[in-house]
Amino acid sequence: MRAIDLSAITDEDLQACAAIAAEAGVDLKDCYQCGKCTAGCPLAESMDLMPREIIRFLQLGDLETVLTAKTPWICAQCDVCSTRCPQNVDICSTMRAVRLASKHAGKQPVREADIFDDAFIANVKSHGVSNEQYLAAAYNLKSGHLMQDAGNAIRMLKRKMVGVAVHNSQGRAEVAALVDRALAADAKRRADASGKGGEA
Amino acid sequence: MMKYANFPGCSANTTGKSFTISTNYVAKKIGCEFVDIPDWNCCGTSAAALTSPELAVALPARSLAIAEQKLPGLDVVAACAGCYKSLRTSLVYARKSAENLEQVRELIDMPYEATTDVISLLEAFSAPEAREAIAAKVVKKLRCLKVACYYGCAMVRPVEVCDFDDPEDPQSMDELMALIGAEPVDWAFKTECCGAAQQMAVPKEARPMIERIFQNAWANGADCIVTSCPLCMLNLDMREAEINKARIAAGKEPFDIPCYYFTELIGLAFGGQASELGIDIHFHPAEQLLQKRAQDAIELEKAEAAARAEEERRQAELAERIARKKAEKAAKEAAAAKEGADVGKEDAR
Amino acid sequence: MSRIGVFLCYCGSNIAGTVDVEAVAEMARTLPGVVYVETNKYTCSDPGQEGVKNAIIEKGIDRVVVGPCSPRMHEPTWRKLLADTPVNPYMLEVANLREQCSWVHKDKAIATEKAKDLVKMAVAKVARLSPLHSTEIPVHKKALVIGGGIAGMQTALDIADAGFKVTIVERETSLGGKMVMLDKTFPTMDCSACICTPKMSEVGNHPNITVKSYSEVESVSGYIGNFEVTIREKAKYIDYTKCTGCGACETKCPSKVINEFEQGMSKRTAIYKMFPQAVPSKPVIDAEHCRMLQEGKCGVCAKVCPTGAINYQDEDKLTTETYGAIVFATGYKLIDWKPLYPEYGGGKYPDVITGLQFERLVNASGPTEGHILRPSDNKEPKSVVIIKCVGSRDPNKGKAYCSRACCMYSAKHAHQYLDKVPDGRCYVFYMDVRTPGKGYDEFYMNTVHDGAQYLRGRVSKIYKEGDKLICKGEDTLTSQQVTVAADMVVLETAMVPADGIDELAAKFTVGRDADGWLVEAHAKLRPVETNTAGIYLAGTAQGPKDIPDSVCQAGAAASKVIGLLNKDKLESNPQISRVNEALCQGDGACANICPYGAISIVEKQFRENSRKVTRPVAQVNPGLCQGCGACTVTCRAGAMDLMGYTNESIMREVDALCQW
Repeated sequence: MRAIDLSAITDEDLQACAAIAAEAGVDLKDCYQCGKCTAGCPLAESMDLMPREIIRFLQLGDLETVLTAKTPWICAQCDVCSTRCPQNVDICSTMRAVRLASKHAGKQPVREADIFDDAFIANVKSHGVSNEQYLAAAYNLKSGHLMQDAGNAIRMLKRKMVGVAVHNSQGRAEVAALVDRALAADAKRRADASGKGGEA
Repeated sequence: MMKYANFPGCSANTTGKSFTISTNYVAKKIGCEFVDIPDWNCCGTSAAALTSPELAVALPARSLAIAEQKLPGLDVVAACAGCYKSLRTSLVYARKSAENLEQVRELIDMPYEATTDVISLLEAFSAPEAREAIAAKVVKKLRCLKVACYYGCAMVRPVEVCDFDDPEDPQSMDELMALIGAEPVDWAFKTECCGAAQQMAVPKEARPMIERIFQNAWANGADCIVTSCPLCMLNLDMREAEINKARIAAGKEPFDIPCYYFTELIGLAFGGQASELGIDIHFHPAEQLLQKRAQDAIELEKAEAAARAEEERRQAELAERIARKKAEKAAKEAAAAKEGADVGKEDAR
Repeated sequence: MSRIGVFLCYCGSNIAGTVDVEAVAEMARTLPGVVYVETNKYTCSDPGQEGVKNAIIEKGIDRVVVGPCSPRMHEPTWRKLLADTPVNPYMLEVANLREQCSWVHKDKAIATEKAKDLVKMAVAKVARLSPLHSTEIPVHKKALVIGGGIAGMQTALDIADAGFKVTIVERETSLGGKMVMLDKTFPTMDCSACICTPKMSEVGNHPNITVKSYSEVESVSGYIGNFEVTIREKAKYIDYTKCTGCGACETKCPSKVINEFEQGMSKRTAIYKMFPQAVPSKPVIDAEHCRMLQEGKCGVCAKVCPTGAINYQDEDKLTTETYGAIVFATGYKLIDWKPLYPEYGGGKYPDVITGLQFERLVNASGPTEGHILRPSDNKEPKSVVIIKCVGSRDPNKGKAYCSRACCMYSAKHAHQYLDKVPDGRCYVFYMDVRTPGKGYDEFYMNTVHDGAQYLRGRVSKIYKEGDKLICKGEDTLTSQQVTVAADMVVLETAMVPADGIDELAAKFTVGRDADGWLVEAHAKLRPVETNTAGIYLAGTAQGPKDIPDSVCQAGAAASKVIGLLNKDKLESNPQISRVNEALCQGDGACANICPYGAISIVEKQFRENSRKVTRPVAQVNPGLCQGCGACTVTCRAGAMDLMGYTNESIMREVDALCQW
């Protein structure tokens, strides 16, 4: 446990929290902390902060706590929180926005989740489609969980669900270009926003 | 006319093989045509959304733009709930404003009007025309089979994106199951999340999600779980053994709940064999239950037939008794009338 | 040439903080016709008003512009002031420098410019006004109270005790409203029936009160002091002059219907009294479920009735009477939570009940004779979850407002449950505990000491496993997800306006807010009056409240009615529409648009071009016209003019704004 010195929270932190909320399309002041999001979350028991608390720390402007929390990385994006929220706060999108902010700040509170997404997008970029067997292999290699689902891989092979052949989309070069274009647009938007933030 | 542009999704020929096989089987029988979108690409699923909002919009939009050009006028059907949610999220974004649409066009570098609609396979098979065709083709009702229809989260949420069935208690799959004679149970985890990709990324944290789904289906008397998404299927069917192992270690009773695609069960009701529908390659043994319930259904029908025969016999007996009483009464009346007439005659004299 | 006096107010710093009042005054001195300008810190105060009066007399002022707050707030004050001077009270124009200027602007320079414009316009308009005189209208010394719940009954009793005749119209078959369904009342835990049923019989027996049960308002016309109201008394199929209320008919009726009074938890017969202590203490036949009335066979009640009171040929009766004042005491209903909360089962679990159902379960004359037994299997629940704010404070699914009474009655429910089931456990999920009232917080703390486990958080889902209802919530005070395997769940649901209030309010032109509650004329200063003169509010018709507040408001509404009925005559508002018959085409556009039914088209004889002609023209009923001005803007011929707001005076305002 620790104490938070609210007067030590900087304007930059408050702005960064507001920017996360803006990306999620959320007005943080709408949240009255009823906890219905946490109550219905299928993963709350495994989270370090409750979904409600993520919103609360954003309200307070405690950026560091939010960016280093595991919660947004454990979130499965199932949207049950947003659907039931009495105040129409899109908690699920907020989790996504926090996770992206955390990723861009170079924090990786849950390394595996980040590795999985990167491996997935790399797979799509090279083949146009996702090849599950190579995705799993790449993930296991990078995460160091070498034997994860190894038994299941054998079961899949037996059922001829997966093989060694790689599937490629004909337009995979187009898809690769599209991925680059989208990521460049994303990077530009982020740079513009932080430029603006700097000026302010 | 039931004709759709098909977005197969990356698992169509791998982990979702049975879904594809059984879907094609059912589609052929009911005269529904699926034309694959030429050169479609991966929808990006949650990994794209968790990488970049731009990427999450652009990846599905490319396939939709191709469908719009090459298969004009056809709605896009996505069998996988993950694909369905990604495609619809991108579509809804593009339709929100002219600026959004222009941004998407730039990202995919293709002409695109966002005119083609996206529906799930469940929605396509729930259309009135498809339902009628399904009802007409049933040759073997799956009576006695208690099914827990599992929709997962991506099919119904967010409501602004999906706008298809109730987010808490959807009914479309339940209705289809009732149509083929199965008994949908009322249970509470229809739209709880199965964990999706988190089952791989954070398996320790995500496993209880699956266990709770089995638990609630079990507690509400279901024989099996019916799904409409290959990823949900994989998470439930493939990981049931592992969960059972842990349960046994903890001194708990293991589950015995096979999982099926809703198309497999429809195909079965159409008279298809388990092997024609991909039911034989499930992880958790899936054929035994069906055989057992088919036997139960035969017994039930026998018992019903016997009850009907007994009822008919009783009705006939009753009718006979009534007829006899009527005849007796008529005879008595006739006799009385005759007597009366005789008395009258005597009086007259 | 007119002699205009301009009196500008600082309103402390309310106006002067944002408007340079002295600069406005400086400008006003230059305006045509203005002979005197004065500024004051508080013009509405006694010395302020005295100053205005003196100036009027000393300077020979004949028309007045004031620049204070809104006319809604203080126009009556200024008119009253002018009545004490030689100036006609309607030779007055209010430039609203507060609500429409200082309060809505931040920039002093801009606000000052706008204030100058407002004063210019007022000066231009006041120069064109003519004196107006009110006429007298009679007052019918009889009141109508709509709704026979605790608020309606209290209002009626107070008015009747003051010596005036009152009619209560009650839609249900008995007086009592919601209160009579309740078991006990917080914070004193008096038995609700014990304090409500005596009121019912007092009302039923009061010589000045007529109770029209099973009746609704059909139509209304007229105005303050003179409302003509037609009431439809629904067919009861029973002659109340013959019926003794013996109840023989009820015991024999073969038709069984869901009992609304018991919140669907038991059955009643088709011929029925709502509950044993009903007032009037006589039954009615529910035609929809009566075999005789539906299928023409049965007639058992007529056979057993010892007085021959059953009349299957009975029909609805319409009666019309004139009332001087009307009180809306139409009450509330509970929000239909079922379609809104599918995550709570949407009504498919019989053991998820509402607070009102709980009241019946715990009531000695309820369906379980006061034993708390859950509906599904009549077993005593050993674990009960109470969820507050279901439909309240939930703009996504229900209403944004707080329903105000639920914190207290949920504490009461927890207390009652723990009292009757001492070995039971009770969990209360809340967002806040709001207990501002005499003895209220003490009551809540007692419930906590009784053993109720309060958990701060909203429940996200209720689902069934086995015969348990699993409630998933968060205890936000420890940041832990919590689950309770409950035997029964009580949802404390939001109050919403009673059914049919939309149509009824429209008939009486009473305003409603966005949530459908009836709107008071002023939240603080006129809380029991509506914007339609002569119509008052009592109880939850105006918004959620508990019994003490409803009774308080009922007394307040009654005192307003008594004040009105005590007068023999009223002054009418002279600011009404007038027809220029020479211009009128008689096309009836004005009559169609008039929301008060004040305009009719009549055939009239005129002498035109020295010939007699008869043609249709509009005629305004001065009693009905409320001066809204809708007709003046509708009339294509420009024949309609609103006194005090004539077309010409408005055009002069526009001229002043654009040209001065």
